[in-house]
Amino acid sequence: MLWEFFPCCDWETLKAVCWKGCCERGVPELCSASAIPAARCHWDGWYSGTEGAHLGGTQPGAGRKPWNAAGVWVGDGSEAPSGFLLPALALSHCLGTLPASALLLPFLSLPWGAPGWSRRAQEVYGSSWRRRMVSHGPWGHWLSWGLEALAMDQKGFRRGSSQSGTSDEDMLEIAGASMEFSMADDDPPLDREMGAGFSSYNGGGMNGTSTMMDFLEEPLPGVGTYEDFNTIDWVREKSRDRDRHREITNRSKESTWALLHSVSDAFSGWLLMLLIGLLAGSLAGLIDISAHWMTDLKEGVCLAGFWFNHEHCCWKSNTTFTDRDKCPEWKSWSQLILGHGEGAFAYILNYFMYVIWALMFSLLAVLLVKGFAPYACGSGIPEIKTILSGFIIRGYLGKWTLVIKTITLVLAVSSGLSLGKEGPLVHVACCCGNILCHLFTKYRKNEAKRREVLSAAAAAGVSVAFGAPIGGVLFSLEEVSYYFPLKTLWRSFFAALVAAFTLRSINPFGNSRLVLFYVEFHMPWHLLELVPFILLGIFGGLWGAFFIRSNIAWCRRRKTTRLGKYPVLEVIVVTAITAILAFPNEYTRMSTSELISELFNDCGILDSSKLCEYVNDFNSTKGDDLPDRAAGPGVYTAMWQLALALIMKVFITIFTFGMKVPSGLFIPSMAVGAIAGRLLGVAVEQLAFYHHDWAIFSGWCSPGADCITPGLYAMVGAAACLGGVTRMTVSLVVIMFELTGGLEYIVPLMAAAMTSKWVADAIGREGIYDAHIRLNGYPFLEAKEEFSHKTRAMDVMRPRKSDPPLTVITQDTMTVEDVETIVTSTTYSGYPVVVSRTSQRLVGFVLRRDLIISIENARKKQDGIVSTSIICFTDYCPPLPPSSPSVLKLRSILDLSPFTVTDETPMEIVVDIFRKLGLRQCLVTHNGKLLGIITKKDVLKHIAQMANQDPDSILFN
Amino acid sequence: MKVGRVRLDIRKKAFSVGVVGHWHSLAGFQASLGRNSEDVRCKCICPPYKDHSGHIYNKNVSQKDCDCLHVVEPMPVPGPDVEAYCLRCECKYEERSSVTIKVTIIIYLSILGLLLLYMVYLTLVEPILKRRLFGHSQLIQSDEDIGDQQPFANAHDVLARSRSRANVLNKVEYAQQRWKLQVQEQRKSVFDRHVVLS
Repeated sequence: MLWEFFPCCDWETLKAVCWKGCCERGVPELCSASAIPAARCHWDGWYSGTEGAHLGGTQPGAGRKPWNAAGVWVGDGSEAPSGFLLPALALSHCLGTLPASALLLPFLSLPWGAPGWSRRAQEVYGSSWRRRMVSHGPWGHWLSWGLEALAMDQKGFRRGSSQSGTSDEDMLEIAGASMEFSMADDDPPLDREMGAGFSSYNGGGMNGTSTMMDFLEEPLPGVGTYEDFNTIDWVREKSRDRDRHREITNRSKESTWALLHSVSDAFSGWLLMLLIGLLAGSLAGLIDISAHWMTDLKEGVCLAGFWFNHEHCCWKSNTTFTDRDKCPEWKSWSQLILGHGEGAFAYILNYFMYVIWALMFSLLAVLLVKGFAPYACGSGIPEIKTILSGFIIRGYLGKWTLVIKTITLVLAVSSGLSLGKEGPLVHVACCCGNILCHLFTKYRKNEAKRREVLSAAAAAGVSVAFGAPIGGVLFSLEEVSYYFPLKTLWRSFFAALVAAFTLRSINPFGNSRLVLFYVEFHMPWHLLELVPFILLGIFGGLWGAFFIRSNIAWCRRRKTTRLGKYPVLEVIVVTAITAILAFPNEYTRMSTSELISELFNDCGILDSSKLCEYVNDFNSTKGDDLPDRAAGPGVYTAMWQLALALIMKVFITIFTFGMKVPSGLFIPSMAVGAIAGRLLGVAVEQLAFYHHDWAIFSGWCSPGADCITPGLYAMVGAAACLGGVTRMTVSLVVIMFELTGGLEYIVPLMAAAMTSKWVADAIGREGIYDAHIRLNGYPFLEAKEEFSHKTRAMDVMRPRKSDPPLTVITQDTMTVEDVETIVTSTTYSGYPVVVSRTSQRLVGFVLRRDLIISIENARKKQDGIVSTSIICFTDYCPPLPPSSPSVLKLRSILDLSPFTVTDETPMEIVVDIFRKLGLRQCLVTHNGKLLGIITKKDVLKHIAQMANQDPDSILFN
Repeated sequence: MKVGRVRLDIRKKAFSVGVVGHWHSLAGFQASLGRNSEDVRCKCICPPYKDHSGHIYNKNVSQKDCDCLHVVEPMPVPGPDVEAYCLRCECKYEERSSVTIKVTIIIYLSILGLLLLYMVYLTLVEPILKRRLFGHSQLIQSDEDIGDQQPFANAHDVLARSRSRANVLNKVEYAQQRWKLQVQEQRKSVFDRHVVLS
């Protein structure tokens, strides 16, 4: 009776659409073109052939009805009433005018006196309304609705026709098998007995394999996973998730337990975000507290309790106004060893201890990294970007990486190296995300879903690194993520919120803030100040471009020459140089975060730092707000010390970033910008003070007015330099104003960020992370750049004209041995499956890893599988003589919906397809015959070639 | 102008006090960690005023009392000058949890210590133990295992992972062995071949 439903189909099309499950697995829009004829044939078969039986309504399952609409809609015309009514309905549906058509519908149906039709159409409409999909717009929506309905239809229809005593799966198998047959000889079988006959004819083999099929319903461990350094197939992963979700939804109607399961499944994403936020926030608190303590350990120790840092040590003691850093509980090393802290010898001893501690911390850091988790070194953001785009680096987000990165990050930061904790914190948060994913089946088994979680975790990381939750979400969106749907946006928002909340309740700095360098000032700024801000932007851009160039050159040298052979020595040498240069200058001796905090700070009357040693008039009756003042000697000293610090930071950071310790780049870049900004700010301030009669100052800088805020210049400079290095814009500005709490500085920050991006982009196209991605040759398909060369798919595909033909597997003629020979003699990660070598008609695509695992498993666990067994990818295998060994059925691992393009497709389109769908490979056909294959690696190589770069720099596929 | 500014400041302060106070009730677990009285302070920094030098006052008072009038004791200036003096003082209410700091630092140091011990064990003690127990042949053999790169060996590995193991000790041993291989592989790709993270 199965065959009654498909008497008139174009079997090729039907196979391609109905049974390949393209629509279930792939992206609905893309199978739209072929969906319509399939729908039509279904309709024709159903209603012209078996109308009596089925329209009579033995089982009017809701699922089968949509096809009436779709079928007639394509203009079949065999049924007069519906031929007019339903296209109108479809049209209005496509235009999204549901209410109007719903009103129109009963009215239209009246003249033909066919209430059944109208009722059916209404049901159709109702169900489609419920199942409305958001993402495809009205047109794609219609199609996807139809395709979904097809899936539903098949299900309902299988259920309905299972009276013969066989299970659903058996029916499906027979149906598929018979279709394969009919496709082969283009002659549809006559009745169901024929199909049943085949199965009995095949005897033991078929029975054996059908139980085998049941066994394979539970996928083998390892099937559907990826090898290390491979790229995932987003389309495949997403369709797997959809299948899974659909199954859970279907089951949830059956029992309360299944309903609970489906609810918990839906809820698990949010729960996961909560856990990630909690863990990331706690780890950030741990890192902050420990790093603060260890940084101070280089200078001395607290006698009241060794676990207190300098500030907390002097928490209770009464300090004097002039010497507010000193307190009796805190002893510097010279005080502890010599008993006094004055004199040249004490200075030398402190110097020596500072260098020794720095060396020890960095040595421990690099040894731990080398010994336990080499992946814990570096900033991690380039790699996370690549991973989020679909690359697999096993162990990069693992437990050991997490532990070692957390521990060594503290050591690296406190060793005084010119590095920050922000980038590594993103990595730490992503590790948390990845590890916690293992708690939930939904995310454990699906690489695409897991990447959504990782995007949110990155947001949580920045949220705790800068105390900027919104900035974190935007950072994830702008800089890190590859695939960022709205759902992930909301989840990131939640994760960032929880992480910030957790960190705040730990209160690591004792200032009720999330970062050390939180500042708050609300001085107004004048329009003319935009000129120095833009100058700072230009400086930031120049520095960014210079830094990227020189850092990449240095890293390339490290990668290719003997330098890379001595990672430990390199770290030690750089630390020694940094520490020796840093100690004499008080602005480099302090930790970089403290330096930034001091530079951002606006000088009040109470500040004791040298930067604020203006010529004070304490007897003025003014309160908090101070007018512009003449700089005192302290400010001049601070200026040249800061200038020296700037030079040192500029150069030492180039050599530090990329060493084999965890090293972030945000803090050093911000420090460079902040120093430059403060220098400029003080200069402008003094200019305005001494020349307030100049025309440009006359309007707003009258004597005694407070018109220039050097701290604001430092902030703008920091934003500019950070923007020049990372090329962020929106997220950068948001992070900066979340740091400062002043909304009135958005315009200066935006101006500086934009200028620095323009200047830096003019000199070098890519930001530091993209430059590192390219240096390492990660397969990252940049979504920001356009591909605009006139090449076609056939120019890029493999095999080339001179190469041997494409390695293919035939669907039902090759033996286990043949396939094993192919697998061992080639290194491709997947093979197309064709009908036969002569016809080269495409059946599907099978991945090498799945193939290896399945064959290995079958040889072990399945009886009768030997080297001469036939491997069969069809649902129904050809009859074999009884003496031959049993057949190995591998249909379950076959991807029946591989992506294809024709050989004349322009590469612009192919690149776009790869980018937007996250494909891993794409097959190329010519006149419907398989011709070649394009992998992501080929696309990347081609892009590199077109950009006159070395195509062999792309290392992985 | 001046008066307006001060009033604004006060309002701002009141607002932040409200927010922080709210925080307190939320972060209840912090209190349960045992915040002793030493963990709050109100620090007032008063700049030099007339012939009085600058001074820092530090007092343990509740948040609502954290202002110049409550903290600066004894008041160095006579009555009429108090307002002018206090306007220039800046009072900040701060809190911390010394227990959290202590626990965090101790946790951190113990993890670091454990890791260092384990590293010493792996680099120094274990090779000696192994050599004494098995002789040289074992070491050489394990080196050969690593070099095994046939495609089907991987499948063995994957399938073996699903197999249940007999006892816990074997499991641990096996996990450790696998981890070591992974680290070795990572080390090769990062430090020797420079394919990632360079």
